Amino acid sequence: MSKIHVTTTVNGDLAEFLTDPQTTLLDALRDALGLTGSKEGCGSGDCGACSVLVDGRLVCSCLVLAAEAEGRRIETIEGMAKGGELHPLQQKFLEHAALQCGFCTPGLLVAAKALLDANPDPTEEETRYWLAGNLCRCTGYDKVIRAVLDAAAEMRQARRAA
Amino acid sequence: MSDVLDRPDAGAGFAVVGTRPVRPDGFDKVTGRAAFGADLVMPGMLTGRIKRSPHAHARILGIDARKALALPGVKAVVTGADFPDLASELVEGGEAASNMRDLAVNVMARDKALYEGHAVAAVAAISPAIAEAALDLIEVTYEPLPHVIDVEAAMAPDAPLLHAHLFTEGLESRPTLPSNIAKKHQFVRGDVDAALAAAEVTVEGRYTTKAVHQGYIEPHACVAAMSPDGQCQVWSSSQGHFMVRTYCAKVLALDISDIRVTPAEIGGGFGGKTTVYLEPVALALSRAAGAPVKLVMSRDEVFRATGPTSGGVIEVKLGATRDGTITAAEVTLKFQAGAFPGSPVGTACMTALACYDVPNFRIVGWDVVTNSPKVAAYRAPGAPISAFGVESAVDQLARKLGADPIELRAKNGARNGLKAPYGPTFQAIGYQETLQALKDHPNYAVPLGPNQGRGVAVGFWFNVGGESTAAVHVGEDGTATVVTGNPDIGGSRASMAIMAAEVLGVAAEDVRPVVADTASIGYSMLTGGSRTTFATGMAVVRAAEKVVDELKRRAAGIWSVPVEQVAWQGGKAICLDPAKGDTPPLTLKGLAGQSARTGGPISAEVSLNAQGAGPGFAAHLCDVEVDPETGHVKVLRYTAAQDVGRAIHPAYVEGQMQGGVAQGVGWALNEEYIFDAEGRMENAGFLDYRVPVASDLPMIDTVMVEVPNPRHPFGAKGVGEAPIVPPLAAVASAVSQAIGVRMADLPLSPPKIRAAIDAKGA
Repeated sequence: MSKIHVTTTVNGDLAEFLTDPQTTLLDALRDALGLTGSKEGCGSGDCGACSVLVDGRLVCSCLVLAAEAEGRRIETIEGMAKGGELHPLQQKFLEHAALQCGFCTPGLLVAAKALLDANPDPTEEETRYWLAGNLCRCTGYDKVIRAVLDAAAEMRQARRAA
Repeated sequence: MSDVLDRPDAGAGFAVVGTRPVRPDGFDKVTGRAAFGADLVMPGMLTGRIKRSPHAHARILGIDARKALALPGVKAVVTGADFPDLASELVEGGEAASNMRDLAVNVMARDKALYEGHAVAAVAAISPAIAEAALDLIEVTYEPLPHVIDVEAAMAPDAPLLHAHLFTEGLESRPTLPSNIAKKHQFVRGDVDAALAAAEVTVEGRYTTKAVHQGYIEPHACVAAMSPDGQCQVWSSSQGHFMVRTYCAKVLALDISDIRVTPAEIGGGFGGKTTVYLEPVALALSRAAGAPVKLVMSRDEVFRATGPTSGGVIEVKLGATRDGTITAAEVTLKFQAGAFPGSPVGTACMTALACYDVPNFRIVGWDVVTNSPKVAAYRAPGAPISAFGVESAVDQLARKLGADPIELRAKNGARNGLKAPYGPTFQAIGYQETLQALKDHPNYAVPLGPNQGRGVAVGFWFNVGGESTAAVHVGEDGTATVVTGNPDIGGSRASMAIMAAEVLGVAAEDVRPVVADTASIGYSMLTGGSRTTFATGMAVVRAAEKVVDELKRRAAGIWSVPVEQVAWQGGKAICLDPAKGDTPPLTLKGLAGQSARTGGPISAEVSLNAQGAGPGFAAHLCDVEVDPETGHVKVLRYTAAQDVGRAIHPAYVEGQMQGGVAQGVGWALNEEYIFDAEGRMENAGFLDYRVPVASDLPMIDTVMVEVPNPRHPFGAKGVGEAPIVPPLAAVASAVSQAIGVRMADLPLSPPKIRAAIDAKGA
């Protein structure tokens, strides 16, 4: 079986890898590129633990073929903190204790970032429906939703101050 | 959002306990760095896959692996023949004992496949694709057998028999024929028949629940390596790496000292990772292949082959006086155990009436094997199921009497000094305070609109203590490391750091908690039974106290005063000798910096068997609205009150309460194992097995009631399990009130609710 050569951008860096045609983007990220922050919870697009952004669009990387990454811009949890400084969402997840086991956390953070990129001032209900594709079995979502709304408020304030 | 009530010494006495520092492992978990079970890669590692039975019940006539072994890249195939047959032996795992004979057969089938998904063979290969292809080349010849999954059908005398060696335990005389009924449990007090006959008011009901899965988002995963000299290394995601070590040693007949297990971060467990499925298989493959082997389950395998909890039938009859005094209770429980004995029906019996003071009762439980995956512990195992029946019946009684459901529960509720139905006498329980807190909550006074209903329910869980080890090491810069052997499943590193910091008199951030492998710390029972903050926390406190004793000795030596003249306050040694009145204090940092000159490293390790875990009581309130057109239930408001003893890190205590509620709501409304006519699971994925998502739930209000546990240095009680006990009945009673029909069969899916509304109107 011949491999496909893929050239792409991951978290701002050029990335190249060889992949089988049937390999998912999730497996390529985890195995070929060593980016294990994206998790496989189901492999069928139902849990959101593998959420990444492809050209700014939120997707389950288990439902995207690795070969489709060619020429795209991929953003994963590993790229969310800049130079060791946490993104406000990451900081608020810690302050609100919005994670227990932490397995769904990378996917939730990536999905929440996509929400705030699109809508800086979401309501609680909008936040709940946006994150309905990210399963969390530990928290009951209460602290997750509070953390996202708090981060949104802080980011709006920072933008006003800027 | 939350309140803390009844803290007698709030703000006094504790510097760190009760605060909310950022968890020490938080940075890694929000940046994707934390290494979970599937994240480890070893040089030369092979990929394993497991072949599973497509039949719910079948005799295995033969397994031919020759074609698979001939496939290039395949390095090993193992089957039941590669595992020793074990004698029946119960081994304590932490929360419950497991039978090693059954565990070993569950890990890899021998003569029969007992459920769809039962492992029958495993392969290791140089790539996932080759391993997958090899599975199809392993030829298994089956003789399909009749199967049985429904619990009452399995109890019938003519039911298909799972185990020819299984004779019902707990009967007055040993039966002459084998049966699927593994055991009868019974708890009796007083004369229930006479009390029921004399009761002025009675209610009765029959309630059912379906098998539901713990639903942790991380599938089981491990890497295992066995060297030719028999030394074994295992990295795995589990609730207890000492449990993994013990079970691997048993299943493969190895010495415990030859196995070293390193815990990965664990992506949820809820009881479901208190046993092993993959680790012994990975070791057997590694032994055969001579290389490390990684095994990771798919979600499909998690559903088909790992522990759900039992589906059950709960029959309840209550007798009371007209003024609302409950005089009699009869409870019968029938639980699916899955393919091997050991459903949680025993604990379901013990907890069924634990919230109540009932003078006459008879509780009978039946443990029944069925052709479905062997059940595993699930958060307060068994208690939510029996509470669903009992709390639904108490709700019916309250409505029949026109009584306030909280007042009726308080009037008949457990108090200190009461001998619990399962034996011990309650001490320092906070049940009445918890009920009062729920009654006082603003949620209880919110008026209800049309198609809305309100349910109240209570729950009990024992909480456990047991064996734990902790070490505290002081570094030469005055910071400290606290080492334990308990996987951190929901923030326990934070509570360990807080407790050590409280004793040492330093900030939580100055203590680095570490979860060590089985060779690097003494034995600890697994993270389960809501035991870690209580029992391992106690070991942490005792180890920190020993360190403080040592620090005081060092200071006494430096000052040339008796150690009795040294006090430890705020992280400093204070000289109490009046003759040395102007001696400046010695800080932890100062003492640590000169430890080499005063006697060497400062550290302590404590192993203990913690007794006196305080039982937990929870009282919940749920408001719902039912859409009469679609049968959809919307949870409008949810309030959970619980006696937590002392909240060490309140945010993670709230999180336990909220998480338990969410799982309970899923159990009540959505979740169930659905089997087809051949006994194959039809919904083995998160699309069709629907756990609650963010848009299904409201904010979950929590009230932490603090009635300290006198047996813990800071008053901690376990908090993780009690909150899943009340929601099933709280939700069902709310729905029942909203539609005017008692809903007794979970889950309360829209079609079921529509049918109930239609039947009422007809």
